[in-house]
Amino acid sequence: MSKRKLALSDEILLSVEKPARYIGNEINMVKKDPAAVDVRFCMCFPDVYEIGMSHLGIQILYDMFNQWDDVYCERVYSPWVDLDRIMREKHIPLFALETQDPIKCFDFLGITLQYEMCYTNILQILDLSGIPLKASDRTMEDPFVIGGGPCSYNPEPIADFFDMFYIGEGETQYRRMMDEYKEWKKSGGDRIAFLKRAAQIPGIYVPMFYEASYHEDGTLASFEPIVPEAPRTVMKEVEMDMEHTYYPEKPLVPYIKVTQDRVVLEIQRGCIRGCRFCQAGVLYRPIRPRKLEFLKERAIKMLESTGHEEITLSSLSSSDYKELPELVYWLIDECSKNGINIALPSLRIDAFSLDVMSKVQDVRKSSLTFAPEAGSQRMRNVINKGLTEENILNGAMDAFRGGWTRVKLYFMLGLPGETYDDIEEIAILSDKIAREYYTIPKEERKGKVNIVTSTSIFVPKPFTPFQWARMNSQQEAVEKRNFLLGKVKSQLNAKSIKYNCHDADVSVLEGVFARGDRRLNDVILQAYKEGCIYDAWTEYFKYDVWQKAFADHDLTMDFYNDRERSEDELFPWDFIDCGVTKSFLLREYHRAKEAVVTPNCRQQCAGCGAARFGGGVCTEKRESAV
Amino acid sequence: MKARIKFSKCGSMRFIGHLDVMRYFQKAFRRAHIPVSYSKGYSPHQILSFTSPLGIGLTSDAEYMDMELEECPEPEKMVDWINSQMNDEIRVKDFVLLPDDSKPSMAMLAGCDYLVALKPGKVSVFRDRKDMEQVLVDFLAQPEILVTKKTKRSEKQVDIKPNIYYLSSSMEDFQVQTGREYGSLCIDIEEYQPVIYCQLTAGSVLNIKPELVMQALCQFVDTPYDPLDYQIHRLEMYGDANGKKGEIHLLHDEVPCELVPLSEYQK
Repeated sequence: MSKRKLALSDEILLSVEKPARYIGNEINMVKKDPAAVDVRFCMCFPDVYEIGMSHLGIQILYDMFNQWDDVYCERVYSPWVDLDRIMREKHIPLFALETQDPIKCFDFLGITLQYEMCYTNILQILDLSGIPLKASDRTMEDPFVIGGGPCSYNPEPIADFFDMFYIGEGETQYRRMMDEYKEWKKSGGDRIAFLKRAAQIPGIYVPMFYEASYHEDGTLASFEPIVPEAPRTVMKEVEMDMEHTYYPEKPLVPYIKVTQDRVVLEIQRGCIRGCRFCQAGVLYRPIRPRKLEFLKERAIKMLESTGHEEITLSSLSSSDYKELPELVYWLIDECSKNGINIALPSLRIDAFSLDVMSKVQDVRKSSLTFAPEAGSQRMRNVINKGLTEENILNGAMDAFRGGWTRVKLYFMLGLPGETYDDIEEIAILSDKIAREYYTIPKEERKGKVNIVTSTSIFVPKPFTPFQWARMNSQQEAVEKRNFLLGKVKSQLNAKSIKYNCHDADVSVLEGVFARGDRRLNDVILQAYKEGCIYDAWTEYFKYDVWQKAFADHDLTMDFYNDRERSEDELFPWDFIDCGVTKSFLLREYHRAKEAVVTPNCRQQCAGCGAARFGGGVCTEKRESAV
Repeated sequence: MKARIKFSKCGSMRFIGHLDVMRYFQKAFRRAHIPVSYSKGYSPHQILSFTSPLGIGLTSDAEYMDMELEECPEPEKMVDWINSQMNDEIRVKDFVLLPDDSKPSMAMLAGCDYLVALKPGKVSVFRDRKDMEQVLVDFLAQPEILVTKKTKRSEKQVDIKPNIYYLSSSMEDFQVQTGREYGSLCIDIEEYQPVIYCQLTAGSVLNIKPELVMQALCQFVDTPYDPLDYQIHRLEMYGDANGKKGEIHLLHDEVPCELVPLSEYQK
């Protein structure tokens, strides 16, 4: 029998749901001798295994770290609530999947921050590991805790819990950090000494070296470094060479079915569209496509090394990848030889996508997806979503003629400047699509049309033109939802339209964390101590505990959500430079108020500031302006 | 063409359920370029089936899976090819090609051999017990061995005595009884102390779990039975050369069962 020892006993593993979450040993797991490396890095996705294992970013960084002989990178995910309870009861320290060693004995714990609602799970990870929750309480016995990912672009609500944040893409500066760490270890310095070294690495933010002060009204008055090593502005890191960089050839293959149970091919990073609600579209600027040949080569290697039966493409807007038809047709050829499925990303509906969809999916079972995001043309101009009603109706009609009968529509409620007329337009547009279907003669139709209209609540995010905007209250959201439900029911084809909506409580809190400040650390800490964990999971979300935590700290959620912020307000995240300037964002906010559309990056440069990175679309030859 | 593989499953792999083991094999076969046949349709899948799924927590030296292959030019190399893509806790031990008209092993299964061992650190009246052999003789000398068999709908008393073909406390004796050589096992018997070896009726008609035998034995020596104390390890699976689908021949019947390991069955 194998000598690999598990951290959990048989009794425990047999009493929890899905024990495979905790045993590691997946195909392509990297095995190294921990005694033979200089740095032990544990990478964490603070959610359950099946979600964490589906994340591409960790696969990229896991591969990168483990290519280095002096580093061993392992993984940890949030124990599910059943194991969480047992670990607390029996004082079992949280462990990494590879060696099953306690997290506390690592040099680094890297936590990816993909959504705000994982914040209490960060505290769960630290707590179960036996690492002091606040960075200021940590000693030489503790790992350095480093955050990364989209939420680190406003790290302030969780700044106390992290020693560092890495702002931007991980490919560029981690090597330097490992080297600094090794030198520091040799030098025998204390924790602060290493953090001072780290603070000088581009993209690294060490929160304890900064101090915030507030005006009487609660807004930020100043935010300044308090040691000379800490820069006033932290510039995001961006990988400009998408070809000669890290991308796994042998991704991990879990035993249990995870959310993304397939090969993921990242075709490009960034987006040209400039939708005004979208944070990713700003953070990952400029758009940087990967070369077609690189993608073909990696697709083959990854399918070979994993044995996955499905492959998918990843990017913010796959239809904007110029060589998409060539790539997809090539994939169809390659995959049909080997019984591999292609899971298509969401595509703009046109002749190409309908052709591809009919080749790789069962038309009767699959559905078309449109994300108009807003019901009226005026609102779509406000958010700079360049999809017109004509586009949607024509696309739908083409699809109906091709045999499709299912349509999914995605919208947001609570967008800045939204009126009840705009909301009604969501119901009207859904109905128009159904009407379009029924213009097809009965004998040519295939039964009823099936439309699913979903709304989520708009949450203003930092580094978007709507970072100044007021967010709807929970009550407004509920009223709007009920109004829309009524309108959907009064449409001619109401029976063909199903309306789904997103939970309003969670969105309110997400809004607070997204644009929150340092004072929220204690609120999050209290909510965690009073039992909040897995807030992203509706069944574990405890809104009343959160409300009490705010009240106990004399803070209100309304302060963060329920006001339009003034144009000269200092934001908690203003010390981060994401490449796109605040003046550009403000200009876009003004254009949104006038419902003026801004052309996309390929049509015309809008002067956002990302050209300073000197690559991607910013240096592409442009099509003539439209 | 049809084929069957025999594999072992031990260590941390005992926590992987059989549906996930199936997915594991599907991916391993792709990596190893094994020409497994696919079903038709929009989501084609490999044509594979387990003889008898192993429960979570159990280990085995003899799991069987039937498969359909497009071709198999070099059957003698298949074990090595598949093993090149296995982890060290699931290993293929045998590969056989089957005649085209062979029935699925799932329907053929008639008996199983098991080892029941005490898990490390567990205390039990069976630990280092010198008179185990005599205990088993007395146990089997009972006119009937009644246990409560629980199903989803009901609980009933059943006599499992006719379904215990052989029962022994030592590997040597058990090998003599069953006439088999089990070779080196993937369970570490230094760590897991063997308590009993048994051959039991198995399959779709009547399946006796080794847990039931252990439960009855504990009852017999008047000691509480905690399933978590014992590691169940499967040693072999058999088809009945005299059996037809839907009927069961016990060892002491007029036409007794003639158990043949599934890797040799239909050869």
